[in-house]
Amino acid sequence: MAETEAHVQSIEVVVNGERRAAEVEPRMLLVHFLRGELGLTGTHIGCDTTSCGACTVLLDGVPIKSCTMFAVQASGRGVTTVEGLRRDGALHPIQQGFKEEHGLQCGFCTPGMMLVSAALLEENPNPSEEEIRWALSGNICRCTGYQNIVKAVHWAARTMQSEQASEGVESELAAEGAA
Amino acid sequence: MLDRLGEDGKVLAGGQSLIPLMKLRFAAPAALVDINRVPGLDQITEEGGGLRIGALVRHKACERSQVLRGRFGVLHDVAPLISDPIVRNLGTVAGSLAHADPQGDWASALLAAGAEVVARSAAGERTIPLDELLKGPFTTVLEPNEIVTEVRVPDPGSRAGGTYRKLERKVGDFATVGVAVHVSLADGSVARAGIALTAVGPINFRATAAEQALLDGGFGDEAIGAAARLAADAAEPRSDLRGSADYKRGVVRIFTERALHQVARSVRGEG
Repeated sequence: MAETEAHVQSIEVVVNGERRAAEVEPRMLLVHFLRGELGLTGTHIGCDTTSCGACTVLLDGVPIKSCTMFAVQASGRGVTTVEGLRRDGALHPIQQGFKEEHGLQCGFCTPGMMLVSAALLEENPNPSEEEIRWALSGNICRCTGYQNIVKAVHWAARTMQSEQASEGVESELAAEGAA
Repeated sequence: MLDRLGEDGKVLAGGQSLIPLMKLRFAAPAALVDINRVPGLDQITEEGGGLRIGALVRHKACERSQVLRGRFGVLHDVAPLISDPIVRNLGTVAGSLAHADPQGDWASALLAAGAEVVARSAAGERTIPLDELLKGPFTTVLEPNEIVTEVRVPDPGSRAGGTYRKLERKVGDFATVGVAVHVSLADGSVARAGIALTAVGPINFRATAAEQALLDGGFGDEAIGAAARLAADAAEPRSDLRGSADYKRGVVRIFTERALHQVARSVRGEG
């Protein structure tokens, strides 16, 4: 029957803000699409069994394991990979935090760790240590023992909050100046 | 479409069990029917004191739902214990039931709550009590052309509560042992008791003798102790890398006892 024959499907995914159209085999995994078709190799394939979280990307802002979703399922939606974390040419605070606090050793799990952390801080700008550890509990790291990863997330949270506070002061000053 | 595909077709919801199974070649469906874009299936709705959980309600939505607190505490408490936080963003409640992994947690929580599923095919719709849905490991009574459209949880009454206890080696692991309890009180006595066990038998199942002990003996320490022993007796654990059969049976007793005490305190308003 027709449905069971292999054929390609047209998809259009907004990856890191850029519209990417492609013809893909319906069973192609999202991670293979990102790495193989788009050359975005920052998304890693770790366990390939939905366990390790190394392949985590954000789908419309929500962390998902790209080894456990078909590329066709992401059609019409937005995907953020580690390559899309940079803001205005500068490192995202979470990237800066991993650098400042030495939140990585071999770096294999780091893209997934950073994307989950970025999503966490969007939702919860001031997470406790326990909240950070729970949020990252689907991401496995074999090097760090997690201590510095947690510190890196705290660093990013503090930085983002003080950025926001200073932005607030600036806009207040601007408002006063205008008045 | 499922009619035409027969055994060759498989419904894809969250995909967090089906896709891993396909990678291992344990499942090799010729065609997948992706329901993720079907509107209206992602809601938890209160109706007549009970609940309707649509086929695309993700674990994460249950974790965050205010509706599931209190009277439906067993459903609220099980949600954050499913797999890991990333999987919970996609995996669905109904998909877990259709997958019927005896180490899955949702079936026990929903068995304790007395839930049923609504299955629909081109020919029509039927409701299947969860007790009857599960036939064996990874096996249900669903026909290949049927899809679970929602899970229905009956009204537990105003004085009800429940919880779920899970022993796992690490986050994301399957349960070594899981115990779900859900109890309703009326006029000072136990009106309904649900106790269901995970990972200690070929399917998730209710410990009916333990439930009866509460219906007969009330919600005091003595009845709770008896129910915990009967739940342990009902368990059929197997020794494996997660622990010996004796150990697991012991955990069933302790978890049942602790869970029931916790629920007893909460429905009596003692926190």
